[in-house]
Amino acid sequence: MNMVLEAPHLPVIGKRLRQEASGDDRIKLGFMAVIGLYLIVALGAPLFVMLSKSLSTHRFDLAAFEFQVSDETGANWGPVVSAADLNRQLEAVAESELSSSSDGRLAATKFFPEFKFRSPVHYRIRGTTDDAAFLVGSTLEKGTEWREYDSGTFRRVVLRPTRSLGFENFATYFSTPALARSIYNSVLMAAISTVFTVSIAFALAYGLTRSCMPLKGLFRGILTIPILVPSLLPGIALVYLFGNQGIFRDWLLGYSIYGPIGIVIGSIFFTLPHAFLIILTALSVADARHYEAAASLKASKWRTFTTVTVPGARYGIVSAAFVVFTLVITDFGLPKVIGGQYGMLAVDIYKQVIGQQNFEMGAVVSVILLVPAVLAFVVDQHMQKRQVALLSARAVPYSPKPNMRMDGLCLAFACLVSLFILGMIAMCQIAAVVKFWPYDLTLTTKNFAFDLMDGGGWAAYGNSIRLALLTALFGSVVVFAGAYMVEKADGFRFGRGLFHFLAMMPMAVPGMVLGLAYIFFFNNPANPLHAIYGTMTILVVSTVTHFYTVAHLTALTALKQMDPEFESVAASLKQPFHRLLFRVTVPVCLPAILNIAIYLFVNAMTTVSAVVFLYATDTKLASVAVLNMDDAGDIAPAAAMGMMIFYTNVVAKLVHALIARGLLARTQAWR
Amino acid sequence: MRHALSIEPMPTSRQRPADCAEPAPYLQISDLWKTYGDFVALRDISLSIARGEFICFLGPSGCGKTTLLRAIAGLDLQTRGIILQDGRNISTLPASSRDYGIVFQSYALFPNLTIEQNIAFGLENTGRSKAGVAARVAELLEMVGLSAHGKKYPAQLSGGQQQRIALARAIAISPGLLLLDEPLSALDAKVRVHLRHEIKALQRKLGVTTIMVTHDQEEALAMADRIVVMNHGVIEQVGPPTEIYRHPETLFVADFIGETNQFPASVLRDGEVEIGHSAFCCSTEDFSAGHAATAVVRPVDIIPHGADAHAANASDRPATPQNLIDAEVREMEFLGMFWRTRLTAPRLGERTLVADFSVNAVRRLRIETGGAIQVEIPRERLLLYPRGA
Repeated sequence: MNMVLEAPHLPVIGKRLRQEASGDDRIKLGFMAVIGLYLIVALGAPLFVMLSKSLSTHRFDLAAFEFQVSDETGANWGPVVSAADLNRQLEAVAESELSSSSDGRLAATKFFPEFKFRSPVHYRIRGTTDDAAFLVGSTLEKGTEWREYDSGTFRRVVLRPTRSLGFENFATYFSTPALARSIYNSVLMAAISTVFTVSIAFALAYGLTRSCMPLKGLFRGILTIPILVPSLLPGIALVYLFGNQGIFRDWLLGYSIYGPIGIVIGSIFFTLPHAFLIILTALSVADARHYEAAASLKASKWRTFTTVTVPGARYGIVSAAFVVFTLVITDFGLPKVIGGQYGMLAVDIYKQVIGQQNFEMGAVVSVILLVPAVLAFVVDQHMQKRQVALLSARAVPYSPKPNMRMDGLCLAFACLVSLFILGMIAMCQIAAVVKFWPYDLTLTTKNFAFDLMDGGGWAAYGNSIRLALLTALFGSVVVFAGAYMVEKADGFRFGRGLFHFLAMMPMAVPGMVLGLAYIFFFNNPANPLHAIYGTMTILVVSTVTHFYTVAHLTALTALKQMDPEFESVAASLKQPFHRLLFRVTVPVCLPAILNIAIYLFVNAMTTVSAVVFLYATDTKLASVAVLNMDDAGDIAPAAAMGMMIFYTNVVAKLVHALIARGLLARTQAWR
Repeated sequence: MRHALSIEPMPTSRQRPADCAEPAPYLQISDLWKTYGDFVALRDISLSIARGEFICFLGPSGCGKTTLLRAIAGLDLQTRGIILQDGRNISTLPASSRDYGIVFQSYALFPNLTIEQNIAFGLENTGRSKAGVAARVAELLEMVGLSAHGKKYPAQLSGGQQQRIALARAIAISPGLLLLDEPLSALDAKVRVHLRHEIKALQRKLGVTTIMVTHDQEEALAMADRIVVMNHGVIEQVGPPTEIYRHPETLFVADFIGETNQFPASVLRDGEVEIGHSAFCCSTEDFSAGHAATAVVRPVDIIPHGADAHAANASDRPATPQNLIDAEVREMEFLGMFWRTRLTAPRLGERTLVADFSVNAVRRLRIETGGAIQVEIPRERLLLYPRGA
């Protein structure tokens, strides 16, 4: 009796037990290490290298080199002089020329105006610090030892800059008005586009969930079309509609479409589907009981709207706003085509890197571009955590009642927006098949003769298909395996948390930034992975990484819906984990895996931002060809290539739907 | 749940052999601890289970019963402690190297595999021929009475049928130990009662050592050979259902299993306690005079007294009733199999006494709301526990 009253128990002392690892555990651990390593190599390391690049400055430190010159005999040496002293006397190198880049080289002979090739004079050079480095031809020399060269060799001696860490690059950036102005421009454009897009998306989603308007399925389809085209395409359409030869040019009352107006309209076009789908989801989870309660309390329509509808979709709206903001501020294609002289951050990166080969400054702009994107991402994550608590399992689905005025209004608005979307696509379609819009409307296929223009020709289109297929295949495998590890592996808590964090990061990393980071990381001869630079592999890796997060979350959601005890049952039945994985987990998650594949395919077809830095002559892509042809003034062929991407994605969607239906009938008979 | 309380638990056929030389236990747990940071989920658990026994871990949610089961299964490793199964130390073995079958509350049937494929899941890959597997699956389907459903998918079966399939899958590999984690709690009351007989019968037939986790005392009383009552990570009492019910060792066990009336009491002298304003006879071993205690009596144990001397359990009572008190019936609630009454008695002070009377007794003694009756609190059914425990 009285067991509860026993004296306080002994504290737990001694060693904690550790479970013996089964063969399965070891395989899983190895598997996880491989996938974790993939994310570190494909994301963590390149970003880190880029960050350090943005903080490093290269400068010739003249005080770090000393010279000695012999007489004509080559035996008697003159006094030791430092390069800094020589420069002070000679002013051979201007102060501004001392700032350099990682590839900077300064000929030593500059400090010796009397230097003569093939003279018997010998030269000695040494560093005053261990870090002082110079090249003799292509041999790197370092250190404080004297080295002696004849004049023939000394001609080939070049000084190397020293690298130092600091915020100098950022200071330079902010003191360049044109560049710093881009920050303001980008934020302004993103903010305006966000307000418009979210309002329009909300009105549309409201109509689709709260009214009895007809043709809801059709509108839903039309509203997602912009996902299937590169963001360059609305830019091209706007050029045709409102550009210098545009038919609707007068509508702008003298304002130019090249600049803020074009950016905002184009941004609304390509961000609308994202905002629409998020808000649609948020509004669809409405609980009918709230509306019944409001009605029974005799609340007016407007009051119901402001107290039930809007708060219910609050997190959806905020989430959509952040997504749109991030998309606009990080987009590169649209402002490149329609932005004119209006500086935007993403375009700055492109100009700095491709135009001026100034990689450090490109890195600086990238880091600046990361700030709003990361901020938006963090806030969004925080909001989503709170969203979960809002849903209740007992909610009763809301079904709207017909209301002529309301339904008519919603239908009219949906028609208007659909007209906008279809109009833009139709404009590109027309431009692609006529001789010279708007003067010669004869039908022609000449715009599809890509091989006659710059940009990569039909080969680029072939490359894009290859990239999209490889990304879909390789990406779904990697993403699903990664999500499986995060969700189903037991133990390795820390590793799984870190992996999940890495998997969430690509969402906050703009494509331009990722592409640039890849240049820094993979285009370094010292990197053993240097070999993939300039190949299809790096394009696939960058694209999978760029779109990793959404795919990861899709896979995770599917896996979370599976009974967590499946693994326990399989273990009790002494079945290896891979048997459960292939017999049960993968078949059950197949719909999600197919969704991931099509998502990756479509995005690989349309993406420009990351790959624009990474393609090589034999891996040119269709989306990049659109950009380059537009740049070269071949706008009609650019529109034609853009439409090719659109057709391909439509076909891919149809094939996906067919495969999904076929496979589901076979493997998901239980549903 | 109520109706079962009025019925004494049936003594089960497989009682532990009394005091003969016991064979080595099949499963032995010693000094087992499980902590999560500062929280102690299991505190120094030691337990022996004989081969072929049906054991229930019973307790409120959060008492550690599932944690203990998962430690035995190797799904959540204990912090310290040793588990021996059939003489083999399995303390730190991974789940896949242990010898058990498990059934979860969620059934965890693979939704994309047919019933046959589900049952065969553990049989394939074990060197059996295809025909051998098929024969075993057919045998198991027959055993759980679902032979006609082999080609269906789990979603096409009812909850009870799914649970039987989960059971068939678990015993397919003829494990030495069967673990059932709240296997019946997701089912309707009727199906639950039916299935609990089936599981018990199957267990008896196979003779497999079984541990079932449940928070349903009725289920535990009906099925277990022995019940392990747990609370706050410790074992409160281990024993056969009748013993747990009739002789709860702690106030927690008394309170958790069955209904109780509880009164503050103090021990007057050996064999006598004071409740309210008067003295009652009861066993006071372990208590000395003046000790504060809690007196407990179950509603079903209170005997109504009237004119009829040939009451049903007359043989249980001593010739002259002790602890006889006058009471007034305040409320009566008809619960189908019996009446639940709330009585007030001046001798008990302010407190209400809950008593369950059979329909027969109520009719015979003409008990009605507002009426006066005499009730007896049998001496041997009045239990004492230390106050505040």
